[in-house]
Amino acid sequence: MIIRLSLLLFTLLFGQKSQMTVEQIISAMDKNLNAKSRIMKSKMIVHGRRSTRTIESRNWVIGIDQAFTEYLSPPREAGTKMLKLDDKLWTYSPQTDRVIQISGHMLRQSVMGSDMSYNDMMEDKPLQDLYKATLEGSITINGRKHWIIYLEAKVKGLSYPMRRAWVDTEYLLPMKEELYAKSGKLLKTATMADVKRIQGRWFPSRFIYKDKLKRNSKGTEWVIEEISFDMNISESRFSKAMLRK
Amino acid sequence: MLIRIALKNLLGARLRTILNVFVTSFSFFIILLMSGMYDGMLQHAKNVTIDTEIAGGAYWHPNYDPLDPMSFEDAHAIIPNEIKLLVDQKKAFPVLVSQASIYPGGRIMPAILKGIPPDQNIVNMPTQSLNGFNDGTIPVLIGKGMARNTKLKVGDSFTIRWLDVNQTYDANEGTVVYIMDTENFKLDMGHIWVPLDIAQSMLAMEEQATYVTYKTGLKEVNNKGDWIIRDVNYLVQDMEAIIEADKPGAQIMFMILLALAAMGIFNAQVLSIFRRGKEIGTLMALGMTRLRVVMLFTLEGGLNAVFSATATLIIFGPVLLYFGVNGIPLPLDYTEMGLIMAKRLIPVYSIGLILSTTILVSIIVLIVSYMPSRKISHMKPTDALRGKAIA
Repeated sequence: MIIRLSLLLFTLLFGQKSQMTVEQIISAMDKNLNAKSRIMKSKMIVHGRRSTRTIESRNWVIGIDQAFTEYLSPPREAGTKMLKLDDKLWTYSPQTDRVIQISGHMLRQSVMGSDMSYNDMMEDKPLQDLYKATLEGSITINGRKHWIIYLEAKVKGLSYPMRRAWVDTEYLLPMKEELYAKSGKLLKTATMADVKRIQGRWFPSRFIYKDKLKRNSKGTEWVIEEISFDMNISESRFSKAMLRK
Repeated sequence: MLIRIALKNLLGARLRTILNVFVTSFSFFIILLMSGMYDGMLQHAKNVTIDTEIAGGAYWHPNYDPLDPMSFEDAHAIIPNEIKLLVDQKKAFPVLVSQASIYPGGRIMPAILKGIPPDQNIVNMPTQSLNGFNDGTIPVLIGKGMARNTKLKVGDSFTIRWLDVNQTYDANEGTVVYIMDTENFKLDMGHIWVPLDIAQSMLAMEEQATYVTYKTGLKEVNNKGDWIIRDVNYLVQDMEAIIEADKPGAQIMFMILLALAAMGIFNAQVLSIFRRGKEIGTLMALGMTRLRVVMLFTLEGGLNAVFSATATLIIFGPVLLYFGVNGIPLPLDYTEMGLIMAKRLIPVYSIGLILSTTILVSIIVLIVSYMPSRKISHMKPTDALRGKAIA
C-alpha cells in the first residue's frame, strides 16, 4: 500500500514537471539560481596553456544589483576587492591602493585571465526578463532527462543574443549552456556539476566556462565551497568605503 | 694688426693649436651629427605619418582618443554634412574604429578594428587590396609587425570577435588578404583593417565614422558640428615629445665634449700667459694698453673656434655629407618601441642648426679664452718684463 502511494505521488510530481511550460521552466531555473541574498566562498581555477591558477574569494550578494567580492588568495591577488552596484563595477587593488571603476568595453574583458568576463559575472538578471524561450526537445544525458531550451534576446544590449540551455528536469538547472554571437557563432559554453540540495533548492557546486573561440581551451572552473542563501547582509557591505577596508 | 699678431702666435704654437682645434672640431662634428639625426628622425616621422596616415589632417569625433581604446565605443556618429561633402568629392575619407578580439591560431589577442574605404587614395596605404574579395569571410589588411606577432600569412583565416553598437557580441571569420610593409607602426601594431562598409555593417553603425582624414591643402570647413579638427602639427606632437624626451641624454654628451674642448683651450691660454710674461711686458712697455693685450690673447683663443669650424668642414664635412645622402644604418627595428624610424636614418642639417652650433661653440671658446686673459689686466709691466708673470 505504501509503495503504491509513493509511486502515485512520484508519478504526480514527475507528471507535473513534464507538463511545465517553457516559461515555468525558466522561472524555476531563475528561482534556483537567484536568491534574495547569498554569502559564499568560492575558488576560480583558471587553466592556462602552461599553468593553472587558483583564485579564492568570498562573495556577498543581494538580489541582482549588489555584490561585493574579496579575493583571499593567491598572495598576489589577496586583498583585491570588487563592488558591483547596479551596472557599475569598482575594483580596489591593495598594491596601488586605488579604486578603479570598470565600465564599457572593460566589462567584456576577462576576470583575472579567466574565460569569464566581468559581464558574465554581472549578468544575473532573471533570464525570463531578458530572453524569449523556446522548447526544442528533450534528451537523456548520463541517464538524466534534460530539456533543450533555446533562448533569444527580447531586449537590446545583451552580451549574448542567443543561448541554448540543457535543463535537468529534476534539478531545474541549466546543466549546460551554449552562448552564441549575433552571427550564430558559438562563443562560450558554461556547464554545471556537483548539484547539491542547499536550503531547499538545487544548486551546482561547480561551474565550468569555456571560451570556444580559443583553441584547446581547458576553460575556467568556478567551485562553490560554501554557500548560504537569504542571509541578512548589512547595507554597509556594499559601500565604496568597504573596498579600502 | 691684432688679428695678424694673434694668427702668428697661434700658428707658432703648432701641436698645441692642432690638438685644440681637432678636439673642438670633433665636438662640433658630433653635435652637428647628433642634432642632425634628431632632426632627421622627426622629419622622417613627420613625412611618413603625413604620407601614410594623416595627409592634410583629420576631423575627429569629439569622444575619440586614439590613445584610449575605451573611448572607441562612444566615438562614432554620422559624419557632419560639410565633412561628408568632402568625402563625396573624394577629398577626404572616413574611418570607423572599434575594439575587437582576434583568435589567430586559437589564441586570444586584443586588436583595434578599423574600417577604411578600399578605394581611397589620400593616404599611402594598400587599401585597394581589400577590394574584390567575397568568399563570405571578412577581408583583412594587416601590417608586417602584426603578421609577425600573430603568425598570420596571406590567405590565413582567423576569428574576429567584436561588440556591436548595442554591446552585443558578434563574431565571424576574417581572411588576411594583404600584409603591408609600412614604417608607420600606428597602422600596423595591433591593427586590423577591413572595408568601411563591412565594418559599419559588423558594428551596426551604418553611415557612421570615428574620424575623417582629408587631403593636404584643404581649408577648415565652417560647419563641422561638434567634430574637432586636428592638423598635422597636432597629430605629430606625440612623436615630437618622444624625440624631445630622448634629447637630454644627447645634450649631456654634447656638454662633456664641449667641456673637453673648452678645457684644452683654457689650459693653453693659462700656459700662454704664464710662459709669455716677457712678451706681455714688452708689448705693454711698447705702449700697448692692458685692454689690447687682453683682447690679443682672447682673440688667439677665439681664433680656435674659426679654425675648428674650418677643420670640421674639411675633415668631417665629407662624413656629414655621406651620412646626409646615404643615411646611417640602424641596428634595431624601432617600430616595436613605438617610433617611426627608417631602416637608414638620414640626418637633416638645417642652416639654423649649423648657425646655432657655430655660435654656441664660438661663445664657449671665447669665454674660456677670455677668462685666463683677464689676469693680464692685473699685471705690472716691470714684473712682466722680468718674467714674473702673475702676482
